[in-house]
Amino acid sequence: MTTVLSRAAVRPVAEPRRKPYRAERRPGKLAYLTLAGLAVFSGFPIYWSLVVASQDNSVLGAVPPPFGIGSHLFENLDRAFGTVPFFRALTNSFIVSGAITISVVFFSTLAGFAFAKLRFRGRNAMLLMIVATMMVPTQLGIIPLYLIMIKAHLAGTMYAVIAPSLVSAFGVFFMTQFLGEAVPTELLEAARADGCSTIRIFWHVVLPAARPAAAVLGMLTFMTAWNDFFWPLVVLTPEDPTVQVALSTLASGYVQDYSLSLTGTLIATVPLLALFGILGRHIIGGIMQGAIKG
Amino acid sequence: MRSFFHRLDVKGSPYLYVTPFFLIFASFGLFPLAYTGWVSLHEWNLLEDTHPWIGLGNYTTLFTDSSFWNALRNTAQIWVLSTVPQLVAALFLANTLNQRLRAPTFWRLTALLPNITSVAAVALIFSQVFGKEYGLVNWVLGLFGAGHIDWQAGTASSQVAISVMIIWRWTGYNALIYLAAMQAVPRDLYQAAELDGATGFQQLTRITLPAIRPTVIFTVIVSTIGGMQVLAEPLLFGGSSTTGGSDRQFQTLGLYLYEAGFTRFDFGYAAAAAWAMFGVIVLAAVANYFLTSRLRRS
Repeated sequence: MTTVLSRAAVRPVAEPRRKPYRAERRPGKLAYLTLAGLAVFSGFPIYWSLVVASQDNSVLGAVPPPFGIGSHLFENLDRAFGTVPFFRALTNSFIVSGAITISVVFFSTLAGFAFAKLRFRGRNAMLLMIVATMMVPTQLGIIPLYLIMIKAHLAGTMYAVIAPSLVSAFGVFFMTQFLGEAVPTELLEAARADGCSTIRIFWHVVLPAARPAAAVLGMLTFMTAWNDFFWPLVVLTPEDPTVQVALSTLASGYVQDYSLSLTGTLIATVPLLALFGILGRHIIGGIMQGAIKG
Repeated sequence: MRSFFHRLDVKGSPYLYVTPFFLIFASFGLFPLAYTGWVSLHEWNLLEDTHPWIGLGNYTTLFTDSSFWNALRNTAQIWVLSTVPQLVAALFLANTLNQRLRAPTFWRLTALLPNITSVAAVALIFSQVFGKEYGLVNWVLGLFGAGHIDWQAGTASSQVAISVMIIWRWTGYNALIYLAAMQAVPRDLYQAAELDGATGFQQLTRITLPAIRPTVIFTVIVSTIGGMQVLAEPLLFGGSSTTGGSDRQFQTLGLYLYEAGFTRFDFGYAAAAAWAMFGVIVLAAVANYFLTSRLRRS
């Protein structure tokens, strides 16, 4: 405390006041107004789905439309769970996303370790290939992929959804970047001098060090898998769907039942909103980190 | 003996660690993509047992089908309608976020919130918002004395509605990407500009934009690749109909492929459409790369 005071006291009074530069300047009202606009823009559609999901269909046609939360939410939830197999869909989505997440994180860390810390012939070429494959629209291979799944008698099962997403080029790249900095090479050399095999180094040194990045990659992967639409829609049936496929069933009614379909979107979105609420700041950190390096 | 295993471990194990990735990616990523080319050269219907070779037959049918060109045009229009406002807004948003704000994490969370909502959910929510009878937008228009618009019926109106869905989901995400790049710009550049009396807008266009140019090019290319594959929004907006409206007014290339493959089960033709789409994506990405790198330099 005393040091702070004395230092303040020593500062010459006549020091010319520097104009603070941009990033250091406190933003004005306009900035907060813009951001408030952003909050409304981002939040309103989600709030609106809650409004519609909690109203009776007959009320939605009123002028002005209701903007508050109504009393029919549970009734609509009941109808939604009765119309499409949502319990099954939620279970399936958790299984699919969970399995994909574990697999992507494990294989990415393994390959990332090799690329970041081990020397082998063809390393740079392979890494370049991985970066290039990040841009390949693999979705376009959907026709043969479907043929493969039929041949393997996997069409309609969760295995068919999981298999193509078991690895991710982005994941390998992300872990390579992280492990390159997080694990000191001297530590690996010391372990090796002690006669440690590479797999033991991976298990005891690299895996613990990779934990923060693995968590971020895990969350991003889980979100992507949970929200995946096209391939599950193609390969699954309406009777045994993921949540996103169940949503498409709700949208295909002849008469648009909006409180029903938006109740569905609520069911599909709430698990991710919960995840986002708890771990959102880390997810943002991961996206921004990936952006700088990518 | 021990040293032999040690050497084997050091030399060989790296390949073991990267193999799972390449093996799985090759079988479920690259192989299907290449096999698509093979399938596209056959009359290949899922419901029939034989698949006769027809050479480039599927491609000649494809390129003479007006629905294909219609889908290509719609895809390009929706891409422009959604990407240009989205990236410009993201840039300004990132610039706003790149200050010493109170509660910076909160604002970043609000920016990313739409992106964690699934495409299917977004499409359903906005189908209600753009509904003809009870839609929110039509109600607002009514307040200003405008009549109800049947958003699905028109070419322009339906494509605007679909673009709004894409804009809503991706603007905040791109803003965060830009923000990350902006934070790496050296602070003293702004300090110098400030001393020379540059306004905030001048600083954005003269310092920030040139400095984050690689990131801008990156986002343009990524949204090109994404934009050429748009499928869920038009599918669900049309009530799960694969034609994209009664006159195909909002059928995208992705939807066109889906229609051929999974409603007519004409896999050969759908595969040809997929390869054509791949060509379009590559061309569009390369064109955008040169366009954006030229624009920024001048």
